[in-house]
Amino acid sequence: MTVTDAHTDPTVDRWTAVCRLDDLVPERGVAALLERSDGTAVQVAIFRLLDDSVRAVQQLDPYSGAHVMSRGIVGSRGEEPTVASPVYKQVFALATGRCLEAGGKTPRPGLGAHLEPFAAEVRDGVVHVDVAGPA
Amino acid sequence: MTSEPLTSAQPDGRRHVVVVGGGMVAQRFVEALRARDTAGEWRVSLFAEEPRKPYDRVGLTRYFEVRDAEELTLGDPALWDDPLVDLHRDCKVVAIDREARTVTDRLGTVHAYDELVLATGSNAARPPIPGNELPGVFVYRTIDDVAELRGWVEAKREANKVTTRGGVVEKPVRGAVIGGGLLGLEAAGALKALGAQATVIEFGTHLMGVQVDLGGGQALKRLINDKGIAVRAETATKEMKPHRRTGHVGRMDFADGGRLDVDVVVMATGVRPRDELARSAGLPIGERGGAVVDLTCRTEDPHVWAIGEVACIEGRCLGLVAPGNTMAEVVVDRLLGGDAEFPGADTATKLKLSGVDVASFGDAHGRTEDCIEIVWADPTAGVYKKLVMSDDARTLLGGVFVGDAAPYASLRPMLGAELPGDPAAFLLPEGGGAPDLELPDEANVCSCNNVSAGTIRGAVTDHDCTSVGDVKSCTRAGTTCGACLPLVKKITETEMAKAGIEVSTALCEHFALSRAQLFDAVRVADLHSFSEIIERFGVRAEPSASPGRGSAAGRDSAGLASPLLHRGCDICKPVVGSILASLGNGHILSGEQAALQDTNDHMLANMQKDGTYSVVPRMPGGEVTPEGLIVVGQVAKDFGLYTKITGGQRIDMFGARVEQLPEIWKRLVDAGFESGHAYGKSLRTVKSCVGSTWCRYGVQDSVGMAVELELRYRGLRSPHKLKMGVSGCARECAEARGKDVGVIATDKGWNVYVGGNGGQTPKHAQLLAEDLTSDEMLRAIDRFLMLYIRTADRLQRTAPWVEEYEGGLDAIREVILADSLGIADDLDAAMAAHVEGYEDEWKAVLEDPEKLARFGSFVNAPTTPDPTLAYVAERGQKRPATPEEIAAGPDGPVDPSLTGPVLVAGATLEVRA
Ligand SMILES: Cc1cc2nc3c(=O)[nH]c(=O)nc-3n(C[C@H](O)[C@H](O)[C@H](O)COP(=O)(O)OP(=O)(O)OC[C@H]3O[C@@H](n4cnc5c(N)ncnc54)[C@H](O)[C@@H]3O)c2cc1C
Ligand code: SF4
Ligand code: FES
Repeated sequence: MTVTDAHTDPTVDRWTAVCRLDDLVPERGVAALLERSDGTAVQVAIFRLLDDSVRAVQQLDPYSGAHVMSRGIVGSRGEEPTVASPVYKQVFALATGRCLEAGGKTPRPGLGAHLEPFAAEVRDGVVHVDVAGPA
Repeated sequence: MTSEPLTSAQPDGRRHVVVVGGGMVAQRFVEALRARDTAGEWRVSLFAEEPRKPYDRVGLTRYFEVRDAEELTLGDPALWDDPLVDLHRDCKVVAIDREARTVTDRLGTVHAYDELVLATGSNAARPPIPGNELPGVFVYRTIDDVAELRGWVEAKREANKVTTRGGVVEKPVRGAVIGGGLLGLEAAGALKALGAQATVIEFGTHLMGVQVDLGGGQALKRLINDKGIAVRAETATKEMKPHRRTGHVGRMDFADGGRLDVDVVVMATGVRPRDELARSAGLPIGERGGAVVDLTCRTEDPHVWAIGEVACIEGRCLGLVAPGNTMAEVVVDRLLGGDAEFPGADTATKLKLSGVDVASFGDAHGRTEDCIEIVWADPTAGVYKKLVMSDDARTLLGGVFVGDAAPYASLRPMLGAELPGDPAAFLLPEGGGAPDLELPDEANVCSCNNVSAGTIRGAVTDHDCTSVGDVKSCTRAGTTCGACLPLVKKITETEMAKAGIEVSTALCEHFALSRAQLFDAVRVADLHSFSEIIERFGVRAEPSASPGRGSAAGRDSAGLASPLLHRGCDICKPVVGSILASLGNGHILSGEQAALQDTNDHMLANMQKDGTYSVVPRMPGGEVTPEGLIVVGQVAKDFGLYTKITGGQRIDMFGARVEQLPEIWKRLVDAGFESGHAYGKSLRTVKSCVGSTWCRYGVQDSVGMAVELELRYRGLRSPHKLKMGVSGCARECAEARGKDVGVIATDKGWNVYVGGNGGQTPKHAQLLAEDLTSDEMLRAIDRFLMLYIRTADRLQRTAPWVEEYEGGLDAIREVILADSLGIADDLDAAMAAHVEGYEDEWKAVLEDPEKLARFGSFVNAPTTPDPTLAYVAERGQKRPATPEEIAAGPDGPVDPSLTGPVLVAGATLEVRA
């Protein structure tokens, strides 16, 4: 395995190169440990869909407080691609992070009901995510 | 002699009703009174001669199956905790003083009453045949009777063992039943089930003479003979003679000169109303016994009522529970100021003998003047069906069904009504073109509990019932003998459809099929991937209105024929994953299957609340060597895991992080362990007691059998988790009857119980088969499990599956033991393929770098632990910190050393290429 360094340069763009698309299995997620522009760590769940596009949302599951969203099942509601929390099975839209089915549960105190979505795309076979936070 | 204050008016102004008799009808009386007397006008005292709460006498024969008298208890046990209800058990009433309005119990205590209800039922008759009191001659009426009968047969079986030079030879226990009516046949079936031979001695021309006519009786004899029960009709028993040596009953002599050697005799010749109290109180008694009552169930004394089998109403006593329950309701209504009257007896009956369908209702013998009888008979198949119609062939007067009672449930409520179309159509085998019957609301569907079609419809429309189960608990329909269940189901479903409540069995928005349908579809179409399956059987998405996302784009970029890019969901994907696994499609994480699995199956471990996993190595049968224990302990220590013994006799190690899992497995696999499948909807554990190898009482090697079962069924994917247990003797230390499959050793082999579970709604497993050899047992369990896997719903455990399977456990037993569906070979082959194809899922991952690569914590930092995990110490081990403890940080109770090194990623991230 070769390792290349991909530098994140906030002046060029806000994107972080995370991994190769090939590291991802279609319709499953992975977790990534990234850093916001203010230097704080953030865990991101990245999913590869069947058309080889990618989606990214926060890894923190607001209903259990555990960092597990990447381990949920990818599916769809209507035409909306979704992920279901592996803990209490809430269903979230992958594109927007919105919670579509809360299953009668409320999020843990201090956490929002929805997931934070992150822009994600594939460039030359490498997955890039924008975690810079509001500019 | 003590006595209560004799004034009837209670200090609280409540009136007092005393019920004598603690049987089925008395129970119904108390239940109905407490349900309807919402103002609490009445206090009720119940005096029962038997030492137990009222129980289900109709289900008495089930005692042999459940072996636990408690399970026959009727109704909601909370009834007896009601402050207005007083149950005196083992407290026979010996006298009534009508003048003083008191009763005296066997202890001499006197109790005052305002109203007295006699519900003393009947005694089993002991016909005056010489020898009728010999040891080994039984009647069949109470739990004590059947418990003694069982003990006797078992003792005889022991005594009949003869040790010869060739080994132990067992002579069969020979049983006879006097009386070929409903009860006699049920008793004969019970003798067979206890492993005894059975001969039914009938005085009349044919079996069940009260209910069925001669033609039906002949068809019935054929069916009974097929069950291995001999029948001797037109035979009077002259005498029963003791055995020379034992003094026990040994021989029956018949009036025709014939004789029969026997070890046990059951007398089932009818019942005698227990009217002795009424007699001595000077109340009028019917010609053939029973306390005479009018249509309000009142005796000559305005304060004394009689209900159930002891009541002589319309000139006769009725030996069925349904009219008794009706009488109970009538008296309750009267006590509360109503004007109900007994509407006439429903004497419909159905034989409860597994595999023998017999039912009759109304004027079964065609005694109505000018009536017409329509008969369908197939003597070779043992089928005889008859309808009795009015002279114009329109109004239904009665019917007899032998060998095929399918029309019974829907025709019985039509008694006295006009049948649409040609009545003969109702007798043809199913699908013979009989019109659908729309029952009038007042038609009585469940006669045991007096529930009309209207009440069942109301349960759906007004009480939000959406399943047969709901309707059963709401209306009580179908909760006694169960004969009406098919009809209850049909009415419920029709009504739900009418009310627009969808009786949908669709899995989710992606599949319109139920799990069972999908299983068959996938099996028959021979499909092996989710793509193929959803393509073929999935719900087609409507062409999207906005062409941008969805269809067109999908096809272009991915070249897929499917109109949807994203398909399936957290409901259907695991179901398909499980179906593919049950059908043997290789490792659950291979290829596309990986995307179908729940996180537990995906990680081959159980996710816990903080997102870490627990790991359970298999210890078949709960057996483990000291060396094995040391390895497990060392692994837990090295990886900092919390350890606990599970309810299924395993060791569970908690707190393993994703990236640690393969290392942990490697250590365990190297030491000879394998995956314990604690994460799967699959066989979890086979629990066992120590059995005959060590235990003083054990009769078989329960651990050995548990190991064999566990190794056979390990990794078998199923609609829900499966648990098993094996006990080495009847003491049942392994609690096997709380499992999906429970095996209990007998001195002759193994008894197999199915459909048990613990959890929120505990259920005892029911007996599937007795005294099987090891091979027979494995075959029975193979088939049971495969049938379940093929036909159960998603996340349906075996208990509800057995209950909802068409025909219940009896039908399942027929499929498994008699191959009634002709699929046994297929089921056997499927299980053989499973056993053949088993591989350890952990080992397979360790050997496959591609699968192994998925067990990193972060795609860009695969060995970095999740930095948010935090633990505190408790009772010498670690546990996840609570949010409050986390907020307090490492200066509070959180102990960073319990998590392992935390590396926060620097500015430079690795990209693997
Ligand atoms: C094996 C079997 C199968 C049956 N199957 C069916 C069936 O399929 N369908 C059907 O409709 N019916 C069936 N029956 C009949 C049904 O069980 C009875 O009709 C029903 O139990 C009658 O209820 P009861 O309350 O009138 O009498 P019981 O249930 O007999 O109760 C009377 C109780 O009163 C007690 N008692 C008597 N005298 C006194 C006293 N002086 N003081 C205190 N207590 C007293 C007795 O000990 C008894 O417990 C079956 C019966 C048996 C035995
Ligand atoms: S069930 Fe029987 S064999 Fe097993 S431990 Fe208990 S007493 Fe011993
Ligand atoms: S008719 Fe017996 S339970 Fe309904």
